[in-house]
Formats: sequence, structure tokens, C-alpha cells
Amino acid sequence: MIPAYASLPERIWYYVFRIGCGLILLFLVIPILVIIPLSFNSDSFLIYPMSGFSLRWYEEFFFSDTWIHALKNSLIVAPFATLLAMVFGTLASIGLTRVDFPGKALVTAILISPMVVPVVIVGVATYLVFAPIGLSGSYLGLILVHAALGVPFVVTTVSATLQGFDYNLVRAAASLGANPLTAFFRVTLPLVAPGVISGGLFAFGISFDEVVVTLFLASPEQTTLPRQMFSGIRENISPAIAAVATILTLFAVLMLLALEWLRGRSERLRSGG
Amino acid sequence: MSANASSATVSGPPNTTALPLKTQLRRAERLKKLKYGALIAPLALFLLLTFLWPIGALLMRSVENPEVPEALPQTLHALAGWDRQALPGDAVFAALVADLTENKGSRTLAVAAKRLNMEEPGFRSLFMNSARKMPLEPGVAPRQALLEMDPQWGELATWQLIARNGRAYTDYFLLAALDMYRDGAGDITQADPLSSIFVDIFARTFWMSLIVTIWCLALGYPVAYLLATQSSRVSNLLMIFVLLPFWTSILVRVAAWIVLLQQGGLINMGLISLGIIDQPLQLVFNRIGVYIAMVHILLPFMILPLYSVMKGISPTYLRAAVSLGCPPFRSYWKVYFPMTVPGVAAGGLLVFIIAMGYYITPALLGSPKEQMASYFVAFYTNETTNWGMAAALSAVLLVATMILYFVYNRLVGSASSGAKPR
Repeated sequence: MIPAYASLPERIWYYVFRIGCGLILLFLVIPILVIIPLSFNSDSFLIYPMSGFSLRWYEEFFFSDTWIHALKNSLIVAPFATLLAMVFGTLASIGLTRVDFPGKALVTAILISPMVVPVVIVGVATYLVFAPIGLSGSYLGLILVHAALGVPFVVTTVSATLQGFDYNLVRAAASLGANPLTAFFRVTLPLVAPGVISGGLFAFGISFDEVVVTLFLASPEQTTLPRQMFSGIRENISPAIAAVATILTLFAVLMLLALEWLRGRSERLRSGG
Repeated sequence: MSANASSATVSGPPNTTALPLKTQLRRAERLKKLKYGALIAPLALFLLLTFLWPIGALLMRSVENPEVPEALPQTLHALAGWDRQALPGDAVFAALVADLTENKGSRTLAVAAKRLNMEEPGFRSLFMNSARKMPLEPGVAPRQALLEMDPQWGELATWQLIARNGRAYTDYFLLAALDMYRDGAGDITQADPLSSIFVDIFARTFWMSLIVTIWCLALGYPVAYLLATQSSRVSNLLMIFVLLPFWTSILVRVAAWIVLLQQGGLINMGLISLGIIDQPLQLVFNRIGVYIAMVHILLPFMILPLYSVMKGISPTYLRAAVSLGCPPFRSYWKVYFPMTVPGVAAGGLLVFIIAMGYYITPALLGSPKEQMASYFVAFYTNETTNWGMAAALSAVLLVATMILYFVYNRLVGSASSGAKPR
């Protein structure tokens, strides 16, 4: 709160600052919210004022073979990519937090690098190498590369969770007769689960929103939802795009809620509640 | 883990044959290292196959040059030791005729002709037309015959070009990506300004990323400060405004900006009804649209690392400065800001690195003048199938990215990443 002894310039600054921040926060969310009503427009233009309410664009989405095919593909590729990224990423994070070896910083930097390498380079490179061995234009190829792009997010989230993990718990389990595998599944995993699942959600989000690698690597048969949206925006931006955008935004809200819930849970666990 | 060490030590009273404790400990330590190292191996192997190997192969493409050696082995053999000062001798002409006769109509020759055509337009037809007239009538001198087919065979530059591409590796593509080339004598030369495009493209990529980073910093810093200084209830609520766009598909946001910024969009309508303008402004499919959308997409990447740094700064420092008589604005600048510099650097570098690789946003929201380096990598792959050029541009972009990533890692530490919310 603003103190009672604040001078006039300080008071003015206080309000200017808050209004400025409010505008910036609105800048962040308004564009996403503006497109939602347009998906219910009865007209085929993406322009306000709307001419009437209609669900025809949702009908167009749910009864169109192309869109449903794309949705199905996204729902095939993303879960498998997530699973791969989660398993490999979690194992590596445990390894990385538990031992020190020369060059560890370099290894970690390489494991994180898929996050920063321009994704066009990844797309072109994997196409170049995967095409001769029959992995371009295949689900497997797409899943593998999407998993690689998701790995850094799993590694960073799980490593961050493991920073606060008390390894004496594993020692206690071992001293009580648990073998390492039992100790991992009964002690370590339940405690770091929020981190693993958040990392998984990140990996899922990356794959579910990935266009560029898909542009290079996928044949029309593997067209994913973002890939279909990319051509939709490029060729003919209609309220059907707004309908898809609304569905994807709803999906983002669900992801956000899941993450918030996980974060709350892990904070409660850590504070011993 | 410690289980191995303890089982060894409790197995019985120490006897003379047992190893000293120090050795046992070291052995247990080594075993532990190996066990945990083995946990990293699957991921390392996975990334090696799906990520590092493809990128390595692509980078190799920027120097590989197998086309001419494959098509003209005899010519190159005959050219070995040629001083490149005067036209080569008759033996070379004869070898070329032999190569052309052998590879007439083959893919090998077509590929080599296409490769040389990249450097010197006209070479494709020179090769293909000459090959079509093969084999020569018996008794005709090869040199005479070739010179009659096309006077270009009598030019020194023609042979210099063939000789220059005689080795399996070349720096042609990498030099071209930097607007340079090797002249007839083999010296590196600056391309003339009219045909120089790539340095401009990289400069544009760099410049646009810089502008976006500065805007993200200017907008992100106050918001991060607000979030860091509110009670956790308020800041969690406001954080939704940052995290919702962060989790929303980039394509949704691009589509949203097209809707908002188009000629009949809300922004133009609003400005017209307020009487600020009377003609709709061109806000999209130009630089402005790309900047607005990129700042919108990258702003959370700036706010989140800034927030996590600011969260760790105690407000008492600022209070102490004010109570010691420092004016509020001055104490912000002298006390608070320096403590946030790590966050500024981390967020700024992260935004800059991501912006440098941008492809979708300029492709959908920009005109040809807004396309960044990534676009041209895609262009050479898709439109002209010029792998060498695509690979060389990738190499330059990748080197720039990796240098920045190295600096970022030094600043932030490799384990923590700015892309992670809170």
C-alpha cells in the first residue's frame, strides 16, 4: 500500500506504474480472449461486430475429416513423445543430480540444447537424415524428434524438484531392506512425481504446439493440429480457425490448472503438511 | 549407493586379507558414479541419434562437395598439378571428353552441372549440350571439338571453376553465406554489393531480435517487479495473465493478432472511431505486426526469469537506502536494479536466442522484408533443394546461437532454466 507520508510525485508514480502494468498484463491476455467470441460468429468474417450467434464453425471442425484427422494425429504423437521425454529425462536428471564428473556442465548443456537450437535447423537436419532411412513421413520419426524437443523441459523441471529432495529417505528405505528399484518406485518417484508430471506437461505442450519440425518431417498423413492450423492461417483465415483456437485455449487453461494444482501439492509435501 | 559400502564393512570383523577402508570407499564411490552415470546414458544416446547426429550431418553438408569429383574423375586426375594460370593441355581436354562420353545422360553429370551452375550461370547448358554431342567422331581432336562446340571451353575461368570444385570438400557455401567467394585464383573476395544478401539477412535477424528483446525488457521489467512485490495471493492471480499466453499455442496467438491488426480489425476500428486516424493503418504483414506478435509471444520468457530473481531480493535493502536519505527513484536505480541484473541478463539472452530462430511468426505475419535467417534455411531446403546453402546458413545461425547459449549458461548455470515458470 502507499504510505501516508508519500509525496505527490510518489503518489502519481504509484498509480502510473500500476496502470502501466495493468495495460501490459491486458496486452498479454486480450488477444487470446478477443478471438474466442468470433468463433461463435454466424458470418464467415473474423470481424467485429458479430452478425449473430452460431455453432457452425465448431460443427465444421468436428465434422471435418481434415481437422479430426489432424487432431487424432496430435493425440497420437504428443503422448508418445511425452512418454519418451519423461522416461529418458527423469532418469538422466536423477543421474545428473547425484554424481559429479568432469564435463558434467557440458553434458547438461548438451541435454538442454534442443531448447535453444533454432527449430528450423532441427527440422531440416532430421529430414535430411531420416528421409533415407524411411523415418520421414512416419509417425515414429515425428515422435522421436518431438520427444527430443521436449527433453530439456523435463530435465530442467525434474532437476529443480530433485534439488530439494532428501536422499536420506532413500538411504532409510535401503537400510530397511528395500532394493534400489523398490526404493525408487516407493520412495523417490512419489516424492518427485509433481516435478516429473510438470515436466511431462511441458513436453506435451511442446509437441502439441509444434509446427516447424512437422512441416519438414511429416507427410500429409501425419498432419498435426498446429500444422493444419498453419496452412489454415496461411491460406484462408476463417472463423473455423477461431473455433480451433478457442479449443486450444481451453486446453491451455486445463494445462495451467493442472500445473498449479501440482505446484500446490508439491509445496504442501515439502512443507511437511 | 551406500548399501554396497556398508554391506562390505559389516560383513565381518576386519581381517588382514580385506582391502583397506580407503580403497573400499573409493571403489564404492566409483561404483556409485558408474551407476548414476548409466542413468544419463539412455538420454544421451537418444539425443545423439535423434538430434546431434542429424545436426552434425546437416553441418557436414555445408562443406561436402562430391558432385564434380564423381562426374569428372579423369578430368580432375589430368588437372592435378595444373598451375591455373593458362589453359590446360590437350590431355585434360581428352579426359573431359572421356568423362562426358562415359556419363552422358546420367544423373551424376546432371548433378555436377547443376552444382557448377550455382557458381556460374550457364554451366548447366554448357555441360549438357557438350555431353549430348558425345561421343566424338573417331579421329577428331578433343580440344578442337570442344572449342567448336562452345567457346566457353577456351576460357581460363571455366577450367579454374572445375579445378576449384575438384575436391570432395569446399568452403563455397560457407563463404556464400557470408557474401564472399573465391575468385579464379582461389583468393577469398567480398561479393559485390548487388548480389550480397546474406549478411543483410543475418543483420536483420540480429536487429529484429534486439528490438524484440528491448521491448520485452521494457514491458517485462515493471510487470515482474509488480508480481514480485505483491502478496502471494495477488501475485498468483496476476501470474495467470502471464502463464495463460505462455501455455496458449503460438498459432492461436498469431491468428489472434491477425484478427486484431487487420484492416477491419478491432485496433483500426477503435482508432478510427476515436478519430485518431481516418484511414485504416497497415499493421499486419509488415514489420510492426511481426514485432507486436513476437513481443507478445516472448514476453513471458522475460517476465519469468526476472520474477524469480526479484522474488529473492529482500525489500529491506530498498527501505534501508530510503531511510538513509536516498531519494526513492535514485535508490531503485542504485540499489534495486543492480541486484536484478542477473535476471535481466538471463531473460534478455533467452528472449534474444529464441527470437533469432523465429520462423512461424515472420512467415505468417510478415512481408518478404521481415523474413529472418530461419526462413532462408527453409527456403533453400524446400524451394531450390540446395542443401549446401541451407546447411551453410544453418551453420552460421547455429554458431551465433551457440555462442549466446554459452554466455547464457555461464550466467544462469546449466541446471536452472529461465523457461521454467517459478
